[in-house]
Amino acid sequence: MSLKDKPVAGTLDASASSAGRAQAAASPQVRSPRRRGPQGKGAKGTPPRQTGTGRLRRGEHLFGWLFVSPALAVLLLFLFVPILLALYISFTNWSGLTNPLSSSVKWVGLANYKTLLSEPGLYRQDFGTAIRNNLYFVLFTVPLQTGLALLLAVVVNNKFLRAKGFFRTVAYFPSVTSSIAITVVFMFLFQGTGVVNTILGAFGVQGPNWLYDTRGLFTLIYNAFGVNNPSVLVNHGFLGLNLWGWVAGPSLGMCVVIIMLVWTTSGTFMLFFLAALQQISEDLDEASEIDGATPWQRFRRVTLPLVRPTLVLVLVLGFISTWQVFDQIFLIGPLNPATITPAYFSYQISFQDSNFGAGAAVAFLLFCLIVFLTVLQRKFIKEDLTQ
Amino acid sequence: MSAGRKSGWRLALRYGVMAVFAGLYIFPFVIEVGNSFKSDPAATAHALDPIPNPVDLTAWKQIFGIGAAASVTDFPRWLFNSAFLSITITVGRVFLDSLAGYALARLQFHGRRLVFAFVIATLAVPGVVLLIPKFLMLKQLGMFNSYQGMILPMLVDATGIFLMRQFFLQVPVSLEEAGRVDGASIWQVYWRIVLPVVRPGLLTLLILSFQGSWNEFQFYEIATISPKYFTLNTGLANIVGGGLSAGNQFPLKLGAATLTVLPIAVLFFMLQKYIRPGGMAGAVKG
Repeated sequence: MSLKDKPVAGTLDASASSAGRAQAAASPQVRSPRRRGPQGKGAKGTPPRQTGTGRLRRGEHLFGWLFVSPALAVLLLFLFVPILLALYISFTNWSGLTNPLSSSVKWVGLANYKTLLSEPGLYRQDFGTAIRNNLYFVLFTVPLQTGLALLLAVVVNNKFLRAKGFFRTVAYFPSVTSSIAITVVFMFLFQGTGVVNTILGAFGVQGPNWLYDTRGLFTLIYNAFGVNNPSVLVNHGFLGLNLWGWVAGPSLGMCVVIIMLVWTTSGTFMLFFLAALQQISEDLDEASEIDGATPWQRFRRVTLPLVRPTLVLVLVLGFISTWQVFDQIFLIGPLNPATITPAYFSYQISFQDSNFGAGAAVAFLLFCLIVFLTVLQRKFIKEDLTQ
Repeated sequence: MSAGRKSGWRLALRYGVMAVFAGLYIFPFVIEVGNSFKSDPAATAHALDPIPNPVDLTAWKQIFGIGAAASVTDFPRWLFNSAFLSITITVGRVFLDSLAGYALARLQFHGRRLVFAFVIATLAVPGVVLLIPKFLMLKQLGMFNSYQGMILPMLVDATGIFLMRQFFLQVPVSLEEAGRVDGASIWQVYWRIVLPVVRPGLLTLLILSFQGSWNEFQFYEIATISPKYFTLNTGLANIVGGGLSAGNQFPLKLGAATLTVLPIAVLFFMLQKYIRPGGMAGAVKG
C-alpha cells in the first residue's frame, strides 16, 4: 500500500546505516575463509578505503554488469518502459483489449487531457471532485499525523518513563499490517450501527452513516449557521465543480479515511521524532529547565529547532504519500463518491470504463504532481543540510 | 519538595497519555479478533463487546472450509497464494537486490554511476501511477493473469538495492582485499566473505520484502482477473466489494482480516529489532 510504502521505503536507509555501522564495527572478527594472520592484523584499524589504487580489477567490469543486469532488466521492463508506454497511451483512445501499439488504436492528441481539464462533462466534474476530495484529505491528514506524532514523541521521550518499548511497538504495529485488513476493520467500526456510533450514542449523539455520507464537514458547519447554497458560490466553479462544492471540506466518508490514516501512520512518524529527540543532549534540556524556562518555552526554543529536519522530512513524506491513497478508497470509494481520489479515479475509468487513455492521463497528471513534490522535498532537505 | 511533586504529576500525565493512545492503537485489533468469533447478527448488534458471548465459530469454519458453511470462498487457496508469492518474491528480492547493491557499492564497471542514478530516480516514482503501465506491460508480454506476471515485476525493488548498497558500503574494503590476495574470485569474495558480514542487512531486507509482498494489494489486483489468483488481500477486498457473496458478513471479513494480519504480527514481534524506522532521521541528516 502506497501510504505505508513510502515511509517504510524512506526508512530503509535509516536502519541500513545504523545497523550497517554496528556491523562495520564488528567486522574485524568476522571469519573469512583461509584467512591468514598478517592480513587479519592489517585489516584491523585501517580506515575503509573507497578506491584501492594498486588493487587487481580483473573481471570487475564483467562481474559488475553480471551482478546488476537482472535487477536492471526488471526495473527497465516493469518501470521505465511501462511509464513511457503509458505516456503514449494517454494520447490515444486505447480500450485495454487490443495491443496498444496496433493500428486500431487511434492517436487523439491532447483530447484525453482536455476532457479532464477543460471540456465540460462528467469526466471533468469527476476529476475535479477527486482533486477536491484528495486536497482536503491531504490538508487534514498531514498536519494531524505530524502533530500527533510529535506530541506523542515529546510525551514518551522521558528517561524516567517505563514501558516505552511496549508503547513504541504498539504504535508502530498498525503501519506494518495490511491496509485492506485495516480498512475492513474501520468499515466495521464506522458502519451505521457500529462501534463508533454506539459510543457516540452513549453520549446522546446520533452518529451519521459515516461511510455512505457524502456531506462535507464544512458544509454541515455552514448549514448550522444558516448558510446554504449561496448563489455567489453556486454560480461559479472550477474543473466542473462549483465553488460551494470546493469549500465543502472533506465528506464524512472521507473523515473516516482521514482518521484511519492518522491512526495508521502516526506511530511510525512518532518513531522518527523519537530518534531525533534522543540526539538532543539532556544537558541542554536540563540547562534550560534550570534557567526557569516553562515546558512550552523549552519546546519552542529547544526541542522544535532541533527536530526541524525531521519535521520537514515527515511533512514531505506525508504530502507525497497522501496523494497516493488507493487501497482504502478501493473499498470505500464504491460506497461513497465523495471519497474518490485521483489515484482511484484513474483505476476506475481504466479498468471499469475501459477508457485507458483518460485513465493514463489522470495517472500522468498525478505523476507530475508527486514528482514535483519529491523534487521539492530533496531541495528542502538539502537546504536543511546546508544550514 | 514541590519540584519533585510537580515532576511526579508530570510523569503521571505522560503515563496517562501513553495509556490512552496505546489503547487506541490496540482497540481496533481487539474488535477485529473478537467479532470474528461472533455470529453475523451478534456482530451487528453488539459490535463494541470485545469478548464474544456466545462464541460462534461459523466464520472460522467458513474460512478453513469446514462443514456446510464452506465453499462460498476459497480461503485455503488465498492463503496458499499469499504464502507462495511472498516467499518467492522475498527470496528473489534478497538475492537480486543484494547482488545489484554489491556491484553498485564495490565493483568498478563502466556505467556504474549511470545505473546508480537510474536506481535513485526510480525511487521517486510513485507506485500508484504505475498500475496502468504495469498492466499494459503484462498484457504486452502475455503475462497478464499468471503467477509469472504477479512475481516478476515484484522481484526487484529499487529501495532494496539502495538499502543493500548502503550496507555493503559499511564493510571495510580490507576484508575483500584479503580475500582477493588469497586468490578468491569476485563471486567467491562476494558470496563467502562479504555476504555473511551483512547478515543483519539481509535480514532487514527479508522482513521488509516479506511484509511488502504479503501486504501487496494494488499490483495483484491489476495483474490478475481469475479468482484462482486471489491472495488474502485481493480476495478479502473482493468479498467486501460484494463480488463473491451478499450480506454484510462482518465476522467472516474480520476473520479473514485477522488471518491477513497474523503472519506479519508474528514476524514483527519476533524480529522487531531489525525493523527500526526511527533511525531514519539520523540517516537523512547525515
